[in-house]
Amino acid sequence: MPDMIQTENLRFAYPADEGAEPVYALQGVGIAIEKGTFVVILGHNGSGKSTLAKTFNAVLLPSEGAVYVEGLDTRDENQLLSVRQRVGMVFQNPDNQIVANVVEEDVAFAPENLGVPTEEIRRRVDSALKAVGMEEFVTHAPHLLSGGQKQRIAIAGVVAMEPACIVLDEATAMLDPIGRREVLATVRRLNREKGVTVILITHHMNEAEDADRVIVMSEGRPAMNGTPKEVFTQISALRSMGLTAPDTVDLLDRLQKDGFSVPLDALSVESCAEAIANALNETEREG
Amino acid sequence: MLKDITLGQYFPGNTTAHKLDPRTKILLVVLYIAALFTAKSLLAYGLLALTLAACVRVSRVGLKALVRGLKPVLFIIVFTGILNLFFTPGESDLWAWGPFHVTETGLRNAVFMVLRIMLLIMGTFLMTYTTSPISLTDGLERLLNWLKRFRVPVHELVMIMSIALRFIPTLIEETDKIMSAQKARGADFESGNIMQRAKAMIPILVPLFISAFRRADELATAMECRCYHGGEGRTKLHVLRYAGRDYVALLLGCLILAGVITLRCVGL
Repeated sequence: MPDMIQTENLRFAYPADEGAEPVYALQGVGIAIEKGTFVVILGHNGSGKSTLAKTFNAVLLPSEGAVYVEGLDTRDENQLLSVRQRVGMVFQNPDNQIVANVVEEDVAFAPENLGVPTEEIRRRVDSALKAVGMEEFVTHAPHLLSGGQKQRIAIAGVVAMEPACIVLDEATAMLDPIGRREVLATVRRLNREKGVTVILITHHMNEAEDADRVIVMSEGRPAMNGTPKEVFTQISALRSMGLTAPDTVDLLDRLQKDGFSVPLDALSVESCAEAIANALNETEREG
Repeated sequence: MLKDITLGQYFPGNTTAHKLDPRTKILLVVLYIAALFTAKSLLAYGLLALTLAACVRVSRVGLKALVRGLKPVLFIIVFTGILNLFFTPGESDLWAWGPFHVTETGLRNAVFMVLRIMLLIMGTFLMTYTTSPISLTDGLERLLNWLKRFRVPVHELVMIMSIALRFIPTLIEETDKIMSAQKARGADFESGNIMQRAKAMIPILVPLFISAFRRADELATAMECRCYHGGEGRTKLHVLRYAGRDYVALLLGCLILAGVITLRCVGL
């Protein structure tokens, strides 16, 4: 079975002025994303993470190298619709991706484009809205909803294509904490219950805690690639790329430097608290 | 303040007027306009005013809302009325003062012209009040479908229209935000003469346009990501179907137009 997305020595340069040297936003990316996984791509501004995301569904085509979606080459124009149907993309600003002025019409937009029969569109719209927990808002006007709700509508609009993979390109960046939580919970549920591959592009470390895999982009290259525990415990390497470790790891690191014997890989708040409690009990026993 | 702008406002409802197929309503408005321009007698105008009153009653749209729709064109109505009243040449003056003459034909023309404009606008507004923008654009696309044979990009035009409608609230909100931001830095939009006020709008329009272009760019990408590739092979969530009431409504519309034409032929 081919990987969901596979890149081979992918390089990409935005069109430069005539005579100017092209600047490569991606400088040789070779990664593979397995089906059904939850992958977080991290990086500071200008690291190439959004550019990378846009190559996954042929919004941008590789300058050199190749991107394969379930084995399909994104440069093949005849496969364009199949590639885009397989990899759905949710963007940062919910206002700029909602097409219609009624929720159900917006969710129906993608299946309408794909020429899905009317009854099937109805079924898909209802099940997509249910999947994002917005079924009560079928006939609402999107501009009256909150940011998190709008973003969930945008996700439903992608889900209605029945894609194998959803890419969220900084989709939580403009939302308040509540909206962010809503959106993250929604994509996690889609990943667990429907087996949809989720690729989350973000610069919020905390969103990566329970991912299957974390890829850290730096200067157009994947600098780190591993489980959250593997990646986040390398505090100095993260700092050198302009990223900070999650608060929990940072705290444990400072405790470790002060002589406490705590593990660094307790990422979640609960496990972090537990680790500190254990360490305190130990020092008490010793003291 | 900007939120109060009504543009093709829609009052949701569940009356027969709301349930009619949007194509029927568009056709009825066309028939109504044709009848208005055929009407030449008070009797014919009376018939048409009665028709509109009946439609308003069926739609349960408040008369107030309908009259409010006349406000923006009040100037045009008054202007046409005055022009027709005082400056129509005729045989016998009913009243004259300097260059102003009121003749019998002038009086007739003025009354009919004002009636015509008012009924025209109220009739069209009744359609937009009882039809959601999305079904209106849908109906328009289906009605103009035959133009595709002459390479008129009907689907594209309708898509532009429905996206414009979708972005009106978003852009109004944005304008409000920019205005507040400029006011916070001491901009003054309320005082000065017309030229100064128009100049004060520039710092609002420039950022608004830039952001609108950025939005358009992002929306285009988002649409492509959702497999948009023009109107070819597109299906619809809501398929328009004529029902019995649509045929009845169209028949009534044709009858009224025929009635007005007959009235004109017999010279009433």
